[in-house]
Amino acid sequence: MLSELEVGTTGIIESVDLPSSVHNHLMYMGFLPNARVEVLHRAPAGDPTVYAIDGLEIALRRETAQAIQVRMTRPRQPSAKETRQPSKPRQSERKARR
Amino acid sequence: MSNCCTPEPYKPPEPGADTTRLRTIALIGPPNSGKSTLFNRLTGLRQKVANYPGVTVEQRMGAMAGIGRSDLTLIDLPGIYSLDPFSEDARVSVEVLEGRMPGTPKPDAILLVLDSLHLTRQLMLAAPVLALGLPTMVLLNMSDLMEMRGGEIDPLRLAQEIGAPVARISAAKGSGMEAIQLFLNRHRGEDANRAAITVLPVVGNAVSAHKWAAQVSARTGYRAPLSAEASRKVDAVLLHRFWGPLFFLVVVFSVFEVVFSIGQPLSDGLGDVLARAGTWATNFLPNDWLRSLVLDGAWKGVTSVLVFLPQILLLFLFIGILEDSGYLARAALIADRVMRTIGLNGKAFIPLLSAYACAVPAIMATRTIENKRDRLATILVTPFMTCSARLPVYMLFIAAFIPPIAFVHGLVGLQTLVMLGLYLLGFLAALATARLLKSSILKSSQTPFILELPQYRMPTLRSIGLRLWDRGSVFLRQAGSVILVVTLGLWVLANFPRHHGMAPELTESIIGRLGHWMEPAIAPLGFNWKIGIGLLSSVLAREVMVGTMGTLYGADPQTQSLSLQTALHHDLHLGGAIALMVFFAFAMQCTSTMAVVRRETNSWRWPVIQFLYMLVLAWGAAFVANWAVGMIWM
Repeated sequence: MLSELEVGTTGIIESVDLPSSVHNHLMYMGFLPNARVEVLHRAPAGDPTVYAIDGLEIALRRETAQAIQVRMTRPRQPSAKETRQPSKPRQSERKARR
Repeated sequence: MSNCCTPEPYKPPEPGADTTRLRTIALIGPPNSGKSTLFNRLTGLRQKVANYPGVTVEQRMGAMAGIGRSDLTLIDLPGIYSLDPFSEDARVSVEVLEGRMPGTPKPDAILLVLDSLHLTRQLMLAAPVLALGLPTMVLLNMSDLMEMRGGEIDPLRLAQEIGAPVARISAAKGSGMEAIQLFLNRHRGEDANRAAITVLPVVGNAVSAHKWAAQVSARTGYRAPLSAEASRKVDAVLLHRFWGPLFFLVVVFSVFEVVFSIGQPLSDGLGDVLARAGTWATNFLPNDWLRSLVLDGAWKGVTSVLVFLPQILLLFLFIGILEDSGYLARAALIADRVMRTIGLNGKAFIPLLSAYACAVPAIMATRTIENKRDRLATILVTPFMTCSARLPVYMLFIAAFIPPIAFVHGLVGLQTLVMLGLYLLGFLAALATARLLKSSILKSSQTPFILELPQYRMPTLRSIGLRLWDRGSVFLRQAGSVILVVTLGLWVLANFPRHHGMAPELTESIIGRLGHWMEPAIAPLGFNWKIGIGLLSSVLAREVMVGTMGTLYGADPQTQSLSLQTALHHDLHLGGAIALMVFFAFAMQCTSTMAVVRRETNSWRWPVIQFLYMLVLAWGAAFVANWAVGMIWM
């Protein structure tokens, strides 16, 4: 799922499972099968998340990103900053889910 | 502010007998690709532009006078991702294109504006637009930026590939306009009706459109510019878990601090100059009723509002920077979490933020919200946001009643804190009301939050300057029209009926009697009858309140010689003053807002409900405020 990718990683979209109007809109924004998505930032509250696709930055909430299936690409060499960042919002995610 | 957002309507010229001639051209393109900037360039008009998707939410027409083709009508349209509209604003574009929008002629030609920074994705829209068969020119906007960042495109090859003329332009700088002229001249007649002959993919399928767009951009040697590393680095700070929200709060606080610490002295200075000018000018008038009408009626009323021009301009300076830099969309992103708890999404935050300027365009901006019930809820709570018309009222009463005490080495002023409190009060009322609506009559399933974040851009002096100029002239026009008429009317009512040819005691005048008659309704709030008249007149527009105070205290012999701030102390206590500000935070005193709510919801039901709800809330909160202040100080 796209929502499970960590900040700084990239995935390839496999499928999108959303109501057709939303699905269509997302496709025109670039969320198409085989498109590369990079996870850029999470909002301060841990949600929504900003994704880069086709050079554009698009923010999606977790429940939308959960409906997008992706496969991981080769893991990038994470920089020091990026390894630190993803762990923080995830803690708050778990709290929010409880 | 009334009339703040309705420029004179443009009427397209009547269609002549010659039906083959080019008459109407539409600007089409994805959101935030620069259509309105180009529209302004081509027409010489000043349609609002800013750096976030969804600034334009309705069609606008203008003669193409900017390039000397006043015979042609240009239509600016909201941005679309496809011809399959997802939100209300996109529906407008599609309806205009299909010629189904009443009052707007069907376009005979299209200028397709694409952002060359993201050409591959933007070309997806080219496929269905070219398939419409209208003469189309593709404009690669922001080509200067693309080159600066190392991108590349061959417009000739792109033109061959898609079978339509292509030009590189920069709407912001005005380059490439001659290519548009050339295109328009060439389509003078016979070939306006010629259908475009192009090999196009099957229309209506995003996958094939994207495949086609990717192929085209690959074949034409498009090299995308380096992705906006700078923008991402800025976001790493501004969307940071700790620094992001802190930055947001510091910005908001400093806006108000500046409005006070810089705006107030400017405003006081302007007030002095205007007062002196008034006294000097009336030396030329005979010392009778005419002087009283001009000086005490019109001049005092109008100038009491005019003096707030510096603060209004400062506020709009900040709003301009916020909108043009691209931060607005980030603010919506940060706010999404809060908005979710009240049942709305972050997109609703953009209209709410722009309502700090004026509720009318903010209510129009709700068209970008896809869910109908979410949109209605946002429309209903928008007038709670503190619009710029409340600013003069707050400034006047805070300056008059709140002492200028400073804390923390003079960095934090008590007046600023009171002002912030009032803004917060309005915001909380908006949130609470939205929560109430979304958990009762406007309950709906969550719609997904999909928001495109624009890249950061440095706001240009020119665009900020034009904005300030426009807002300043709106403010001055308002003072010269509505407020002038109201103050003149008030002066007449305050000076009649005549007793033996003399002006009556103020309390014996028509206005005095009316005020005393309504006093029982407002006395529990700590208001005197003059405030009551002010409340009545401010139904037209909130800042009229200040003009009314100027005229009424100017007409009262006991307070005539005093400045308005001092005069208010004559018959108003701290409790009443605080209650008044609280009343203004909640009440819906704006006929323009009611009119636009009626238009956007298509019935009088919602504006009436909204008006009554806000009035009851305002009365109740003002009552509590007056009572509480009384308890603490007695």
